[in-house]
Amino acid sequence: MKDKNLKIVDIIFKPHLVKYEVLDKTVARSNEDILKEIIDSGLRGRGGAGFPTGLKWKFAAEQKAKKKIVICNADEGEPGTFKDREILTKVPRKVLGGMAVCAKIIGAKRGFIYLRGEYKYLLPFLNEELEDFNKHLKEIGLDFKIDIFLGSGAYVCGEESALFNSMEGKRGEPRNKPPYPTVAGLDNMPTVINNVETLVYALMICSIGSKEFKALGTSDSRGSKVFSISGDTPIPGIYELELGMSVYDFVEEFGDGDTKAVQIGGASGFCVPRKKFKETIIGFEGIPTGGSMMIFNSTRSMYNVLHNYLDFFEEESCGQCTPCRIGYQQLKKGVEAVKHGEKNEEYLQQLMKLTETMKLTSKCGLGQSVANSFSSIVNNYREEMVY
Amino acid sequence: MANINLIIDDFKVTVEEGTSILQAAEKVNVKIPTLCYHEDLCVAGNCRVCVVEVEGMRTLPASCAIPAEEGMVVKTNTPKVRRARKDIVSLLVSEHNTQCTTCYRSTNCELQNLSAEYNIDNETYMSVLKPDIVIDRSSWAIEKDDSKCIRCQRCVRTCAELQHVNAIDVVHKGKDMIISTFVDAPMNDVVCVNCGQCINHCPTGALTERRYFDDVWDAIGDDEKHVIINTAPSVRVGLGEMLGFPVGTRVTGKMVTALRKIGFDSVLDTDFTADLTIIEEGTELLTRLKKALVDKKKVALPMMTSCSPGWVKFIEHMYPDHLDHLSTCKSPQQMFGSLAKTYYAEKKGIDPKNIVCVAGMPCAAKKYEANRPEMRDSGFQDIDAGLTTREIGHMIKQAGINFLDLEESDFDSLMGESTGAGVIFGATGGVMEAALRTAYEIVTGREVPFENLRIMPVRGDEGIKEATIKIEGCLPEWSFLEGVELKVAVAHGLINARTIMDQVVKGESPYHFIEIMACPGGCIGGGGQPIPTNAEIRKKRTEAIYAEDEGKVLRKSHENPEIKQIYKEFLKEPLGHKSHELLHTKYRKRFRY
Repeated sequence: MKDKNLKIVDIIFKPHLVKYEVLDKTVARSNEDILKEIIDSGLRGRGGAGFPTGLKWKFAAEQKAKKKIVICNADEGEPGTFKDREILTKVPRKVLGGMAVCAKIIGAKRGFIYLRGEYKYLLPFLNEELEDFNKHLKEIGLDFKIDIFLGSGAYVCGEESALFNSMEGKRGEPRNKPPYPTVAGLDNMPTVINNVETLVYALMICSIGSKEFKALGTSDSRGSKVFSISGDTPIPGIYELELGMSVYDFVEEFGDGDTKAVQIGGASGFCVPRKKFKETIIGFEGIPTGGSMMIFNSTRSMYNVLHNYLDFFEEESCGQCTPCRIGYQQLKKGVEAVKHGEKNEEYLQQLMKLTETMKLTSKCGLGQSVANSFSSIVNNYREEMVY
Repeated sequence: MANINLIIDDFKVTVEEGTSILQAAEKVNVKIPTLCYHEDLCVAGNCRVCVVEVEGMRTLPASCAIPAEEGMVVKTNTPKVRRARKDIVSLLVSEHNTQCTTCYRSTNCELQNLSAEYNIDNETYMSVLKPDIVIDRSSWAIEKDDSKCIRCQRCVRTCAELQHVNAIDVVHKGKDMIISTFVDAPMNDVVCVNCGQCINHCPTGALTERRYFDDVWDAIGDDEKHVIINTAPSVRVGLGEMLGFPVGTRVTGKMVTALRKIGFDSVLDTDFTADLTIIEEGTELLTRLKKALVDKKKVALPMMTSCSPGWVKFIEHMYPDHLDHLSTCKSPQQMFGSLAKTYYAEKKGIDPKNIVCVAGMPCAAKKYEANRPEMRDSGFQDIDAGLTTREIGHMIKQAGINFLDLEESDFDSLMGESTGAGVIFGATGGVMEAALRTAYEIVTGREVPFENLRIMPVRGDEGIKEATIKIEGCLPEWSFLEGVELKVAVAHGLINARTIMDQVVKGESPYHFIEIMACPGGCIGGGGQPIPTNAEIRKKRTEAIYAEDEGKVLRKSHENPEIKQIYKEFLKEPLGHKSHELLHTKYRKRFRY
């Protein structure tokens, strides 16, 4: 590391000598003990939204229901993210272990991995792992069984309630909330749905202890995180880093020396321009991310970048709610019209207002998050939008 | 249920747990605009027009989809809310075919109303209407114009929840998301039963009935043609809504005058053939019972009514192996058509090829029924055109008739006489009630044992109703029915028909006779009735139907003098040779897609 402000961590991928060591030790502890450990650690969901994991598990544990469900959300679809694939490939047992611990705490007997359709090639490998794992659960007397459900490729199905619909054989459309998944998720059963990475951290916190985890990161963003780094960088790839670094430090390490902007959190995240690198923190107090870090250098047209995102969302919106379905079409048509001189520059203001409406009124995160990338790109690269 | 206290626009409201903010707001007289919401259907929460501000919430939630919670503070009309709503309506307009001047639903369109209320302009957003949309006019009954669709999915929910047909569903995603059929097949090629409930639940002009009034005008203008119309019972209790009368007003006399002014040569009553249906279908039921009880023959029981063409197509698609349960009787409309071009023509001395027989119906499926190849027993197409209540309303407006002040008059004669039994065909349970009034009396010689002929167990809006009537004191020729407990059931809305049929399929149906109507509420809630139609409106129309019944001197089908006359002069006897030829039909097995 050139800069000591940036710390590489090795929790997720660190290999374990004994196969199910961590899991076995963990399930021997009491539910209260484990839950306290996870709540104390301050672990927040690693999918991007950052809901406190311990609380989620606690809510589900408190539900009185005969059947509960644990789902591992492996529908990794955010542009620029590819870390869950790596985790599932390198340390699948840790993912399964995290699910089992969650199942023990909330009292679930069934678990599913919702695997992104494009990761179908992982199926034989994962099924093999799963067979062994399910056998092991029987041996240790934990009444829990995991299956894999293969998605069909829609981005929106990564949204938890759309994911449930997809699993139920329905159209992958987000549901109205409330009820929340911990009350009524898959088939209306209380469901904990966590990102792949979150489940691994949950398990590992049980191993290393909340203290060690908490020692990393900041008060809002405890611990470390796996980043998928791509774009104009000489060293693209997957890195586990301590949370709370500044974009400046990040770019110093990963940039190619000519970094113009960093898109944090994928197409639905924020674009940070060079002038704001120093003041911007990567983490929940600054800009949270599910792991996607796209680096752009000065050869890139930010108009093209934005246009690409809008293209993506226009396709990947489920289409059910008005602001998201039509909003994206208007934004795309709008920036094109401004770029081609059919609308004057002021029209960008109208489009900004539209993103505000989309943020306030869309049914799910897909429509709500457009304001992030749109306004951060348009505000910071206005000339590129017009000329 | 616990009570919830909340504040909406500074008003304190107490509601039951589970009440949505939208419903709670209604209680304090705050009307929140909606588009995808319909009280007949489950909540979708997808148009987002009904958003409100809730203290402590980051976003503006859809009030239809958010349950009221204790201590909630809701604001429905802040600048933030108004801006968002206006933006959402603007977006919908930008995706919409805004040629309102040429839209059948103009002035009765929920999007148009909101657009006017919020003073939407066409400049804020550029049009993103798909350029190459072709209107699907393949169906005899339903026109589908995607350029006017706002993707609220009310039709989809109607087709699934009320009717369990699932002919239309959401396909594709994002900007390409649209309501379509299985493999995008044309509407006449799919499982659609033409009930038209999707039309009645559509907020815009995306789904409409296929209009035939221009053909009818042409026929009226043709001196060679003798144009007659028969109007179904539900038309007279619905039509007023289109022409300035309050919901539930009976406008029978005015309707007859108006149709005469329009130029129909003869204005007749479908209730006449409803009465005839009772005689034929009642006899068919008694014959089946005799075969089962006396001859111990295998015969399809329960027998089921066949007046509702939506229901008939439903069973043809969904239960093709159980068509023998259907009564072979044609619907009153089709009986009317085949008699108009035989009996009526003969009596009036008119060449049947010059008779144009029009049906005024509360129904979309009747248009399709008129075009079924089976329906040509008179040697011609029995019914030339089926009009909805809405189309008749349009024709009256086109003719410049001041309906409000119109004098009343009676139906013309020959096939214009009817009884209260024929009238109640319009409400769910009506066919059953009419059949029981007649059958019981034929068998026992006495009136049905219900006060003032009101057979209450088969009335009302419950989805499935049942009744048991013990037959005692039979006349000698019906002694085989002595002591039999006649079990009957009534279902309306095809989701309920499915429940009934699943029993039949399993061989567990305890009934002898079942009435099924495709539409919720029966014909008064039909797919051709004025829009809007909802539970309250259905209730008022139903009340009007029963009031019409009680206003009649004759209330039993077999007492209709014209019915007696037609059997004496033409048909000879129920289920006789002529009846078989003209009044009964066959059904066909259809695929289930």
